[in-house]
Amino acid sequence: MDLINIILQGVLVGGLYALFAAGLSLIFGVMRLVNIAHGDLIVLAAYIAMEVIRLSGLPPLVALIFVVPVMAAFGYALQRGILNRTLGGDLLPPLLVSFGLSVILQNGLLAVFTADSRKLDAGVLETASVSFGGLSIGLLPALMFATAVAVIAALQFMFYKTALGRAFRATSDDAEIAELMGLDRRRVYAWAMALCLGVVAIAGVFLAIRSNFDPFMGPGRLIFGFEAVIIGGLGNLWGTLAGGVILGVAQGLGAAIDPGWQILAGHVAFLLILAIKPRGLFPRMDG
Amino acid sequence: MAHFTYTRRKFITATTGLIAAPAILRANRALAQDGVFKIGFVAPTTGPLAGFGEAQDWILAGLKDTLAGMTNNGKPVQIEIITKDSQSNPNRAAEVAQDLILNEGINLMLTHATPDTTNPVADQCELNEIPCISTNAPWQPYFFGRGGAPDVGFNYTYHFFWGLEDIIANFTAIWDASGVAKKVGGLFPNDADGNAWGDANLGLPGPLAAAGYELTDPGRYQPMNNDFTSQIAAFKASGCEIVTGVMIPPDFATFWAQAAQQGFTPKVVTIGKALLFPSSVDALGDRGDGLTTEVWWTPDYPYSSSLTGVSAKDFGAAYVADTGKPWTSTLGFSHAIFEVGLDVIKRAADLTDKASIMEAITATNLNTLVGPINWANGPVKNVTKTPLAGGQWQRVDGKLELKIVNNMQNPQLPLTGELKLLA
Repeated sequence: MDLINIILQGVLVGGLYALFAAGLSLIFGVMRLVNIAHGDLIVLAAYIAMEVIRLSGLPPLVALIFVVPVMAAFGYALQRGILNRTLGGDLLPPLLVSFGLSVILQNGLLAVFTADSRKLDAGVLETASVSFGGLSIGLLPALMFATAVAVIAALQFMFYKTALGRAFRATSDDAEIAELMGLDRRRVYAWAMALCLGVVAIAGVFLAIRSNFDPFMGPGRLIFGFEAVIIGGLGNLWGTLAGGVILGVAQGLGAAIDPGWQILAGHVAFLLILAIKPRGLFPRMDG
Repeated sequence: MAHFTYTRRKFITATTGLIAAPAILRANRALAQDGVFKIGFVAPTTGPLAGFGEAQDWILAGLKDTLAGMTNNGKPVQIEIITKDSQSNPNRAAEVAQDLILNEGINLMLTHATPDTTNPVADQCELNEIPCISTNAPWQPYFFGRGGAPDVGFNYTYHFFWGLEDIIANFTAIWDASGVAKKVGGLFPNDADGNAWGDANLGLPGPLAAAGYELTDPGRYQPMNNDFTSQIAAFKASGCEIVTGVMIPPDFATFWAQAAQQGFTPKVVTIGKALLFPSSVDALGDRGDGLTTEVWWTPDYPYSSSLTGVSAKDFGAAYVADTGKPWTSTLGFSHAIFEVGLDVIKRAADLTDKASIMEAITATNLNTLVGPINWANGPVKNVTKTPLAGGQWQRVDGKLELKIVNNMQNPQLPLTGELKLLA
C-alpha cells in the first residue's frame, strides 16, 4: 500500500512538472527558443494574480480570468518587442536575452514586492483530500494534475486541428518556406509566446496556492520542467506529461529509500532515458 | 560548508591581498589624512536573503543624529558608513568586502545576515587585518565554517549571536512543556543548516536522545523539494507527535499542505528558519497559527538601545509605524551591530591604531537592544551569545504575533503567551 501511495503521489507531482513544462515545450517546439526566464515568468504570473486578488477579492482560481489574458498580452508584446529581434541563425542571442530577462524580472519583482515570501489563499482546497482504501489524495494535487492534462489536451487540439496550429507547425518545420506561403514568422512567434504565457499564468497561480513564492524562486522550480520536456521528446506535448510523471514517480521511489536519493533518482531516470533514447521517449521533431 | 579550509577563492584572495599590500598600507593611513573614521557595512539587500537587509535604510536613518554627535574619548569624530550589498551571494560578499578594505580604506567592518554573508566578509577582514564585528548567523557555522579552532580563534574578527545548543535547549523545553509523546520527526535539508542540525554528533540527534526523545530522521532532502510523501509516511509509521527541522519557507509550506492532505496531524511543529519572518507565517493562513519556533528577538525583550536609549518595545513600534511593515526577529540585531561598532569607536584609545581598536572590541561590555555583549563570556574565543527563547505564532484578533512561550534558558525574558497545541 505504501508503494502504491508513493507512486500515486509521484504521478500527481508529475502533473506539476508537466504544467511548468508545457509552455517550455511549446516555445521550443515552435521557435527552438530555450527560455531561461520561464520560471521567473511563472513567478511574475503569481504576483500578478496576487495583485488581482488584492484589488478584486476574487478566489485565486477565478482570478485566472484576468491573469491569463494579461500574461498572454505580455507574452505577445515581449516576443514582438524584444525576442523577435534576437531570432536568427544563432541560438545564443535569444538564450542570453532570456537570461537577462530572468535577472531583470527577479530584481524588478524584488523592488516592487520586496523579498517577503507570499502565498495565495485558496481556503479548504489547499488541505482537502479524499481517502479510500488507506490512500489519501489531496484535492489540490489532483486538480493540478487534471489541469495539466486539460492544458496539454487543449494545446494538442490547437496544434493539430486549428489554422493557428497549422501556422505553428509550418513555421516550426521550415520558417522560410512558411514565409513564402504568406505567413508572418514574427507574428506566429508572438502568438506562440502569448499562448505560452497563458499556460504560464495557470502554472503560476497553482504554484502560488501550493507553496510560498518570492521573487527568486523561479529558476529552482524550472530544472524538472526542462527534464520533463527532454524525457518526453522535444516538441511532443503528451510526451512532456509522460516525462513529468516519470520524473515524479522516480523521485518518489528514490525518496522512499532515502530522501537524499529523491533528486538523484529523478536525474538517474533522466540519464537512463537519454542513454537509451537520446531524443527522448516520443520525439516528434527533427533536429 | 563547515568543511572547507582552503579553497580556490581563499587562495585567490590571499594572493590578491599580497599583490595589493602597498594599497592597504596606504589605505590604513586614511584616518590620519582626512580625520574621517570609515565603517564598511556589508549586508544582503537584494537576492533571497534580502529580508535581512530590508530594515537597513530605516536603521541607518535612525542613527543619523547619533552619528553626528559621535565622540572618541570625548573628542568629536567624523564617521562615514559605506554600505555594500552582498546580493545574497558569498562570492559577491567577499568581493565587496575586499573593495571596502582595499579601495575605500575602511577602519572597521560590520556585517550581518547568515553565514553566507558573515563568513566571506570576516575571512577578508582576517586576511587583510581589518577589525570586523558580525551578527545574525549562528555561531557554529560562523566559527567552525571558517576553520576556527576553539583555543586559537581569530585575531581580527568577532561575532555575537546564539548557537545550535540554544536552539536544542529551547526546542526541547517547548516539547517538555507540551506534554505530548516524545516522538519527533526531523526534516533536515541537504544544505549548510540542515547538515549541521541533523549531524549525529554536533546536531540535534545526540541531545534529543539524551533528553528521552525518539527522533525519526528519514534523511537529507534537497531544498526546493516538491514532494514530502515519504517523510510523511515515515512520521506516521513511527507515531510522531512532534515535527522539527530547519527549512526554507517554500519547503515548509509544501510539507505542511501535504501533511494535511495525507492526514498527518502532529501536535507540535517547531521549525527553525522558515518561521522567522512574519510574512512567511502569515502566508500560511490559518495553518500558520500555533506553529512554534525559536525567538531571536522581539520588542518584548527587556533591553534598550545603548545609542538612543529607546526600549525594544518603542523601537519595534517605531519601525511598524514608520514603514507600515511588521517587525522581524532580525530587526534588533540590525541595530545592535551598530551599537557595538559605535561603542568601540567611543572607547578606543587611538582610532588611528588598529591594535587599539581591537583592544576596545575585546574589552566590550555593552547592554544592547538584543542583550549584553561581552566577549569575555563566550563559548569560544571571538564569540559571545545573545539570549534565545521559545516562541509560538498565535493569531490575536486576526493578527499573527510571535509570543514568547518558553524562557527556561533565559528567565530574564518575559513570557508573553501560553503554549497551545495544534488542533
